[in-house]
Amino acid sequence: MQQLKKQAYTFQQGLRDGVPIGLGYLSVSFGLGIAAVAAGLSPLIALLISMTNETSAGQKAGLDLIAECLPLAEGLITMVLSQLVINLRYSLMGISLSQRLDASFTTPWRMLLAFSITDEIFAVASTKREKVGIRYFLGLGFIPYVGWAAGTLLGALAGTFLPEIVRGCLGLMLYGMFIAIIIPPARRERGVLFAVCLAVALSCAFYFIPFFDFLSDGLALIIAAVISAAVAALLFPVPSPDVDEETSERKEATI
Amino acid sequence: MNQPLSMTAGHLALYLAVMALVTYLIRMIPFTLCRKEIKSVFFRSFLAYVPYAVLGAMTFPSIFFATASLPSAIAGTAVALTLAFFRRSLLTVAVGASGAALALELFMMIL
Repeated sequence: MQQLKKQAYTFQQGLRDGVPIGLGYLSVSFGLGIAAVAAGLSPLIALLISMTNETSAGQKAGLDLIAECLPLAEGLITMVLSQLVINLRYSLMGISLSQRLDASFTTPWRMLLAFSITDEIFAVASTKREKVGIRYFLGLGFIPYVGWAAGTLLGALAGTFLPEIVRGCLGLMLYGMFIAIIIPPARRERGVLFAVCLAVALSCAFYFIPFFDFLSDGLALIIAAVISAAVAALLFPVPSPDVDEETSERKEATI
Repeated sequence: MNQPLSMTAGHLALYLAVMALVTYLIRMIPFTLCRKEIKSVFFRSFLAYVPYAVLGAMTFPSIFFATASLPSAIAGTAVALTLAFFRRSLLTVAVGASGAALALELFMMIL
């Protein structure tokens, strides 16, 4: 009731919570900028991609696909499929997050703010004590978005002006960050470890075994990811977190 | 600056539009329409594992061909794996990987 007038958190609180995310994004997107230039794109196109997507794995897969230069129809279909699979987790996050929002989140605001759902923003917004309003969410998304765009542009410019050898080595930054994202949870959870190992094995098999040459790189990525995640989900089901059950009960109570 | 010759500006624009649109719709549709939790344990688990599987498959074996030569890529990968194993930050791992690769490249140039 009071949520309609007063939101639990201010725009400034959102801005503040977004600072560490934005700093992290600055470095990840720097690697994406380098990758975009390596794929033959201009810094402005790299910036455009980051400003219209804001997702690291999806953008990297998209860049690889653009660089692969498949026939148009095949390339576009692969693009749709790969973005669907890679970014499917945002659907789950959106559903989960939508139960932690207050009444200020009307349908038009949801349509607008859905754009800023990323792994980190989801993690911060959905673990706030009180339900989150549009002011806080706008603030939370702002600095990460700026960091994402600025990092991409800087990376792309660096990639354009630095010599070939340095550029190749900087290209390792993005892969290094991917490794840094994967390894700690893989040490902790056997399901993650299994999914990663199977995905790497399949990806290498698709790449090195001549029999699989008919698969484009984009399609090989999709198949490796879907098979690995599905088998891991069968062998190591993730128990539903208590927080989610708590919120779904709360939601039913309010109805 | 140097777009591949086989990709025209029109095709590139199509690719970029499709990429942005699909990514947006995946975020927007469930966020706006569904307000229920996903109940299926399998589907939830699948979605939880997808990011790690994607990153794993995207990194290997591509990482070995990212630099100018295989030895520098292997050096970078080894440093990244080691630093990540000891839970260093994203930036540390990234800088360490590219730094190791660059050091080896320069070393091989001098030899």
